Amino acid sequence: MTLLPMAAPVIPDFGKTSGCVKNNGTFCWDWFKDHWAGADGLSSHFVEHIELTLIAVAIGFAISFFLALLAYRARWLTAPVTFVSSLLYTVPSLAAFYILAPITGINDYTVEIALVSYTLLILFTNTLAGLTGVSEEIRDAARGIGLTRSQSLWRVELPLAVPTIVAGLRVATVTIISLVTVAGLIVPDGLGYVIYALGLQKNSFNTALIAGGVLCIILALAADALLAGLQRVITPWAAARRIR
Amino acid sequence: MPNQTLPSQSPQASEASHHTAAPLEFRAVTKRYEGAKGAAIEDLSITVPAGEVCVLVGPSGCGKTTAMRLVNRMIDLTSGDILIDGKSILGRAPTQLRREIGYVIQHVGLFPHLNIIDNVTMVPRLLGWDRKRSRRRGEELLDLVGLPQEMGSRYPSQLSGGQRQRVGVARALAADPPLMLMDEPFGAIDPINRERLQNEFLRLQGELRKTIVFVTHDIDEAIRMGDRIAILREGGELVQYDTPDNILAAPADDFVARFVGADRGLKRLALTNVGDIELEAPQRDSTPERSLPLTASLRDALSLMMSDARGPVAVTDADGKVRGSVSIELITKTLRTTKEKTAADKSAAS
Repeated sequence: MTLLPMAAPVIPDFGKTSGCVKNNGTFCWDWFKDHWAGADGLSSHFVEHIELTLIAVAIGFAISFFLALLAYRARWLTAPVTFVSSLLYTVPSLAAFYILAPITGINDYTVEIALVSYTLLILFTNTLAGLTGVSEEIRDAARGIGLTRSQSLWRVELPLAVPTIVAGLRVATVTIISLVTVAGLIVPDGLGYVIYALGLQKNSFNTALIAGGVLCIILALAADALLAGLQRVITPWAAARRIR
Repeated sequence: MPNQTLPSQSPQASEASHHTAAPLEFRAVTKRYEGAKGAAIEDLSITVPAGEVCVLVGPSGCGKTTAMRLVNRMIDLTSGDILIDGKSILGRAPTQLRREIGYVIQHVGLFPHLNIIDNVTMVPRLLGWDRKRSRRRGEELLDLVGLPQEMGSRYPSQLSGGQRQRVGVARALAADPPLMLMDEPFGAIDPINRERLQNEFLRLQGELRKTIVFVTHDIDEAIRMGDRIAILREGGELVQYDTPDNILAAPADDFVARFVGADRGLKRLALTNVGDIELEAPQRDSTPERSLPLTASLRDALSLMMSDARGPVAVTDADGKVRGSVSIELITKTLRTTKEKTAADKSAAS
């Protein structure tokens, strides 16, 4: 299988090979422990994965948030923004990397541009839905007691949109964590690199494959739990016991 | 006495020191929506004296809510003017104006993400009060509307409908506004709790004496709550503006007569308490079981007489002492004199 675009295939460095590694056992703890630390170790790829995800979600959220606020004021913007972000969302991720590569080069910028474009639809839609979901009575009350439009937005409407916005962030983050592995085909960063370059070489190497995959799953679950926990902390009212 | 110049008040101090109610005047107010056929409000002119409750009542589509929302500029009027304390609302910045007018709506519209204290003190905070002073005011307001202090830290979703409505009233009263607007404030409350809230409202209003514009579609509520009632008809036309007693005694036309109902005579009886009229000498056979307190209405007295068909009913004071009795003849006489008085007022006015 010639999936890799990179010229020089990376040969896994087996180091002091154990029997497990030689026989390509299902998962070799010794190899995992030997390759965890270090500049090109699993831990550094794990951290790169987090970095790539964080940057993509943060930039994507900033853009989406701004666009959602605009569209909230000028509703006609909703349709064009949704159209463009849907279009970006439908481009297959691998194709997006290849389309961008000749323009922006084979680097992290290319990867981030593609990743950010995937977050826009979810984050824009959810932020706007959170804002428009605030009930008419509440908006009327805010205006009626004398809040200005921006006071109403920042003190009432946005806080009430937080659960929906965080729901969007959770979906976007988990999606990006899985897409960053695809980016490993382009750049030697993240857990994708561990999976492709170390795990899917000529003779697939199970330990690297599983290590990359499992770390990716752990990261996704942890990020999701972290965001869910964050939401509970900043919106205590949403969990308050309801009467009636 | 030397004429001392007062030091210029800080804005904080002056905002809290109204403590008085302001008269409200609609002056030839018309509201026309663009593209709509008729007017929503047509040439409305009414004056609400300071400290009185003016109920706007009428069938749906009569423009009562529109009329109310014109006052705090939630809707802008097309022509005419509205004056609060003699000053036009037109020159005022809408948000500033709204902070000085209490606002209560049917669905309350509490902010779900803020606890009760923060909901109640939203306006004082907007007006720049410090945290400590706002908090003190919040606690004061919970007492005022009869909510226990521990509710202050709860969220609106944890309160019952009646409690939320009390919080809504507390929020409207927070900055001690001279004028309050209430749009069907008890409309979403079940009948038993509604009556309790109405009574509480009347007690509160007895203390605070705010000028209040109260919107309802329920004529019985209008009669109970209003010092004056403005009856509107479709197209925002004012049909009659008078005290409940005068409207019931002398409806301006068929529309009003139909709107107040064929039982308007009985409704009138509910407006007068037996303690307010000159009672007849007590009957010899009056028993405590068949007596009414001074606070009972003439309607209660009539109802008791009709239900057991045993003639006049005794009236006792708080100590259980018989103060006199009420007969059907006395009720009729009372109605006649107030009706004659109404007619006399009318001819004197015209």
